Amino acid sequence: MTKRLGQILLILPAAGWLTVFMIVPCLIVFFFSFFERGTYGGIDYTFTLDNFARAGEPVYRSIFLGSARIAAMATVIAVVVAYPAAYAISLAPRHRQTRYLLLVMLPFWSNYLIRTYAWIVLLNREGLINKALMGSGLIGEPLHILYNEFAVVTGLVYNYLPFVILAIYASLQRLNPEIREASEDLGAPAWMTFLRVTLPLTLPGVAAGAVFVFVLSIGNFVTPDLLGGGRIVMVGNLVYDQFLSARDWPFGAALSLALIFIMMVLLFLQAVAVNRAQQAKGSTHA
Amino acid sequence: MKRIGIYAAVVALAAGLGLGAAMAEGKIVISNWDGYMPKDLPEKFKQATGIEVEVALHATNEEIMGKVVAGKGRGYDVLFVSSPFAEVLHKLGLSATIDHAKVPNLANLYSEANTLAYDPGNTFSVPYAWGTTGLCYRSDLVEGTPSSWNDLLEPADSLKGKITMLATDRWLMAAGMLARGYSVNETDQGRIDEVKALLIDTKKSLLAYDDTTFYSKLVSGEASLVHAWDGWCNYGIGENDKIKYVIPKEGTDLWVDTMVVTTASENKDAALKFIDYVLSAETGKWVAENILYKVPNKAAMDALDKTLFETYPNLAMAPADMMKQEQLRDLGDAQKAYTKAVTEITASN
Repeated sequence: MTKRLGQILLILPAAGWLTVFMIVPCLIVFFFSFFERGTYGGIDYTFTLDNFARAGEPVYRSIFLGSARIAAMATVIAVVVAYPAAYAISLAPRHRQTRYLLLVMLPFWSNYLIRTYAWIVLLNREGLINKALMGSGLIGEPLHILYNEFAVVTGLVYNYLPFVILAIYASLQRLNPEIREASEDLGAPAWMTFLRVTLPLTLPGVAAGAVFVFVLSIGNFVTPDLLGGGRIVMVGNLVYDQFLSARDWPFGAALSLALIFIMMVLLFLQAVAVNRAQQAKGSTHA
Repeated sequence: MKRIGIYAAVVALAAGLGLGAAMAEGKIVISNWDGYMPKDLPEKFKQATGIEVEVALHATNEEIMGKVVAGKGRGYDVLFVSSPFAEVLHKLGLSATIDHAKVPNLANLYSEANTLAYDPGNTFSVPYAWGTTGLCYRSDLVEGTPSSWNDLLEPADSLKGKITMLATDRWLMAAGMLARGYSVNETDQGRIDEVKALLIDTKKSLLAYDDTTFYSKLVSGEASLVHAWDGWCNYGIGENDKIKYVIPKEGTDLWVDTMVVTTASENKDAALKFIDYVLSAETGKWVAENILYKVPNKAAMDALDKTLFETYPNLAMAPADMMKQEQLRDLGDAQKAYTKAVTEITASN
């Protein structure tokens, strides 16, 4: 009895925090989405399902799809860049691994906004990259690499890359090296070992990193606003605009709910993928 | 024990009275845009009156409106908001009546500033700064002199990718409305849709939507022609004298930034003292010199150093000329249509 009580007491603070600061706000948002915006921005308590109907209009649907596309691009690029990096770190001698991981995490010691502004300095028409390329004569006209999708994807990849590297690295660390050795002993070339043994077994790490980048990117509004120059509107910007500029809380709430719903579906799929991978791993030991 | 009790009571009473006295001298909370007020204004006000000023910042009108409408103005005494929003606060009963007897410096205002359409007689708001919106451009990078809103909205090929527009919905739409000859307070849905289509087209030639750093883009040469408020353009002119400001021939809007006292304020007298202080000739002069915006304070503008008018020609615009422009008013229900149109414009490809 006391053991059970002890367990409950230990989990109470975390559960309480989650309830008050996550579940209750979500419920409030859910509640608001069924009403109308008052003339001057407050809430008019007339029940309506209009907000959800409006969220399905073509212009908003295209924003959702566009955001998913940008987030997907950022995810793919991040994973493709992160995997080799994580692999290289995991193969390095133990004492150097910590150093490399530290270097990966170092940008996080600075503020997110400063890192994003740094990209503006790098990418703008008179910025460092264009100056370097023009100066060395490689290009005649400055490249248009800021205030467009390219810049937004670059910013997103840059900011979330360390998480993916760490997630994949953790997964690689947990691999039993004997499995790889067994594959090599049985005559498989290095690429086949990688493709058929290492990669499938580290898929949970890749999935975790990928979902991390995707979920954070799709809701991000800072990067598209700064690096997109206000021209790239993602779901996060839409929700932000509804709450802070248009002061249409009910519609913003409906959009937020749609976003939350999509994220839950993704997290569920990730959990299923992890489950399958673990079952597969289990069967190799059977 | 009893003696200590009495001492404690006396100390508590004294502290209470002291605190009460401090409250009467007081403290007010104001909310303003960053950099829109000289940094030492709160300090100087405190030295002059003993009232402490806590400065909160807001980046946009909508931000402070959201906070004030949600919290019924509690926690704020004086708000700096643009005229359409002052109108809304008044309609919602969140702005207190200005007792003119307590603000004698209202006499410093131009007579035109006492008959502004959104608040004739300044009953619930007091004008702080006013100006126009127009085109700010690099005369060395742009051929000829821009003279029409269409120079921005349907730019020449050489300007494509080198123009920016303001992102705030009233001014973004106003540029299109004026280009088509409509009112900046237009509420007809057909005309809103027409302007929306025009602005969606313009977006393809834009470098970015920018409310705050467009002048530095001009200075660096990243942009050649931008949509700008006159005061912000002056910041660019200060850094590069090739930058010029022009009001297009179709006209512009007359915007007024005002000071409003909240009904929830517990220190209305202190708030009115603050407004009175801001309206004094020296403060007005110093505000204009520091933020490079025109103030509706005649005493202040007359006292300004005339060389400032040579460097920054738009500061010299006469109030009579300003009154010829259309004043921005609250749109009521039509605001929703504007926000929807602006969302569709910024989300378009």
